[in-house]
Amino acid sequence: MKPIVFLVPTAVLAVAVLRAAVGETTETGGRQVGDGKPVVKVFAGARLHPVSSAPVDDGVLVVEDGKIKAAGARGAVVIPEGAEVIDCRGKVIIPGLVCTHSHIGGPSGGDMSGPIQPEARVLDSIDVRATSLPRARAGGLTTVNVMPGSGHLVSGQTVYLKLREGKTIEELALRNADGGVAGGLKMANGTNSIRSAPFPGTRGKSAALVRQSFLKARDYQKKVAAAGGDAAKLPDRDLGMETMVEVLEGKRVVHHHTHRADDILSVLRLREEFGFKVVLHHVSEAWKVADEIAAAGAGCSIILLDSPGGKLEARDFDLRNGAELEKRGVVTAVHTDDPVTDSRWLLRSAALAARGGMSREKALESVTLAGARLLGLEGRTGSLEAGKDADFVVLTGEPLSVYSRVEETWVEGKKVFDLERAEDRLMAEGGRGAGDAEISTTCCFSK
Amino acid sequence: MRAIPLLFLTTAVLPAQMAVRATQLHLMTGDLKPIVNGVVLCGADGKIVKAGLASEVVIPEGWPVHEAAVVTPGLVDARSTAGMSGILNWDLRDQEQFEHSAPLQPELRAVDAFNGRDPLVQWLREFGVTTIHTGHAPGELISGQTMVLKTNVESVTKKEDVLNGFAGVAATLGSGSLKGEGKTPGTRAKSVAMLRADLIKAKAYVEKVAKAEADKKPDRDLHLEAMGAVLRREVPLIVTADRHHDIAAALRLSVEFGFRLVIDSGADVWMMAEEVKKAGVPVILHPTMARAAGDKENLTFGAAAKLQEAGIPFALQSGYEAYVPKTRVVLFEAGMAAAHGLAPEQALAACTIRAADLLGLKDRIGSLEPGKDADLALYDGDPLETTSHCIKVIIDGKVVSEVKR
Repeated sequence: MKPIVFLVPTAVLAVAVLRAAVGETTETGGRQVGDGKPVVKVFAGARLHPVSSAPVDDGVLVVEDGKIKAAGARGAVVIPEGAEVIDCRGKVIIPGLVCTHSHIGGPSGGDMSGPIQPEARVLDSIDVRATSLPRARAGGLTTVNVMPGSGHLVSGQTVYLKLREGKTIEELALRNADGGVAGGLKMANGTNSIRSAPFPGTRGKSAALVRQSFLKARDYQKKVAAAGGDAAKLPDRDLGMETMVEVLEGKRVVHHHTHRADDILSVLRLREEFGFKVVLHHVSEAWKVADEIAAAGAGCSIILLDSPGGKLEARDFDLRNGAELEKRGVVTAVHTDDPVTDSRWLLRSAALAARGGMSREKALESVTLAGARLLGLEGRTGSLEAGKDADFVVLTGEPLSVYSRVEETWVEGKKVFDLERAEDRLMAEGGRGAGDAEISTTCCFSK
Repeated sequence: MRAIPLLFLTTAVLPAQMAVRATQLHLMTGDLKPIVNGVVLCGADGKIVKAGLASEVVIPEGWPVHEAAVVTPGLVDARSTAGMSGILNWDLRDQEQFEHSAPLQPELRAVDAFNGRDPLVQWLREFGVTTIHTGHAPGELISGQTMVLKTNVESVTKKEDVLNGFAGVAATLGSGSLKGEGKTPGTRAKSVAMLRADLIKAKAYVEKVAKAEADKKPDRDLHLEAMGAVLRREVPLIVTADRHHDIAAALRLSVEFGFRLVIDSGADVWMMAEEVKKAGVPVILHPTMARAAGDKENLTFGAAAKLQEAGIPFALQSGYEAYVPKTRVVLFEAGMAAAHGLAPEQALAACTIRAADLLGLKDRIGSLEPGKDADLALYDGDPLETTSHCIKVIIDGKVVSEVKR
């Protein structure tokens, strides 16, 4: 049965609708449910990596109503009567993967008219039917921060998606408590956003433009405050300024593309001046300024690449980045930057971080709980803990092994990928119809 | 005073006798299966003296011993552009893999552009890659020549610096070499027409040269000489083709002109395994993790396993990368091929002995046998596993890397 499409914007209501849907349908396990009671599924016998706690052999994961009811060792977890028990002996279960930096669905932000376009929302550009989404599910991804490219100082608003099966972006987009679309603001410095006019031509100019923009946002913020709710006194609405004010007020995180050590420090300097929340992205030279990053308390979303280079600022990229940040206690996620790294290799990217010296525990955390933390979603995903969304992945073996395959991906208690299904296997392994007809034009990927 | 330079010569420049001991030794001979507790003896001439079970190969007294959990032959990357496409990706500074002034330039030699000091060459070397087939990149109808050399060669100054200074002519069919805005070729049909015209011209030139009296030879033409080498089957035409109809065009051309064809990349090769097998054409398969987009949209990670099953000779490659990362590592691509159905020993073969065979160098590199070059890669675990490290690399009996990668 197809999932029922829900257009209700709040997550709370969405779950309520989902619950109703589950009550009426025949689940994939074949158990007919007609009494309206929610289905309880128990995944038993697998090695569990809860991430928030030590791994357990012969684990039990209880899923009810799209949520994790319990997770732990057999014996320590109560298996509810009448539950559907799924034998997972020989398998490994990990939390659904979180990719903190992705371009799946062909997102776009600002255009070439200027370097600062906070008003542009990727929400309005994503093709949820693009094959990059089922490919991401095949890679075990359940939560994704979809971003515009790095060709602008401010390229627009990002969106946090749950990779539920859905036909509209509204069905996938996560919502904040106030009902607004969950997401951050994409910013960049260094060479990607240095272009011909009206874009900046130097790093100094880049920083000046960004500072001016934040100062303008402060003025806007003051005008709004001064109006005291009086509509007649409010300034004309400015979508870009509204977004920048959200950043100033800490309601919207800045996801900042930055590679070179001096560029990283420039981000930290701006943050010091304006006090916004920031996640440093890519951070190729993190190993050079890891102390400064740690001192600033900034989180890092790093990319692991098969080699350095491709541009000057990635020349000194090092596989040790994850390890160096771990040593200093920096919250560190590993991302794909799909299509730079295909979403299907996110776990492999974590393995590369381990190759570079990161502990295996932190490497797995980097693509699960750490990512959730950096997106402010640690309360609902990123680990196998009671009360969290039932986002998890069934693997054939240990998560960091090249030989392990994703067998199933579950989002909020629904199976969204199954290697046994031919159409899903195609997405997992490639073949006719699995790829993209066009090479991505997300800055500055194609050349 | 004189002792210092002598010492330097002995340790750093001249290969020393050495033994390499491995818990798991991949000789890459016979059935390709590794042996447990193996030893390789490397002679002072940089060649392998002996390789086999530790119980049968005695390490002479006084020889330095290098130990590792796993040892393979030095890796052979069947197609790379390292040393040509530099780390910085700056046009006119370190991007020698393309010359965009004309679509057909087979006269461009790789030896004249190679920069062995580029950090990417060192990067590959540190991951156990000891030999690369590098040169002009896919992306022009004919972009130039390729060559094969070791990754410790910093500059090509003499013949011995390369294993093969002219390994092939690189051609590209499909959208990779098509141009817009009134430039040519703009279509597939035009690409093939241009290639055919060029080969016909080269054929006439070759015949003219052969027939002419010594004092009446036609003027030398570097372009036609290079194409002549293809027509005389001295070097293969390495055709980068991903779409099945581009692969078909390459097969058609090879029948018409009788040249040695090597299919490069070949994302759709799995769809036409029968035709490729029948034509006896080897394939330098795209990186397993190549991006599934554009002409490669139909690639499958199981391609290597499918080619193996079909009995098509193939090797793995790192290929050409236009942006980030600027190069791939063939070992990683082999690992992912093994994760998608290719037996691990076949995956290793595809970047050692099979690659050497495809490049016509199997008597010299690619396996650990007496008389062959002492090129070895040492690892702390299963080399195909992402979390393992390459810990030492030996080329011609010299330790060239001790970085844990």
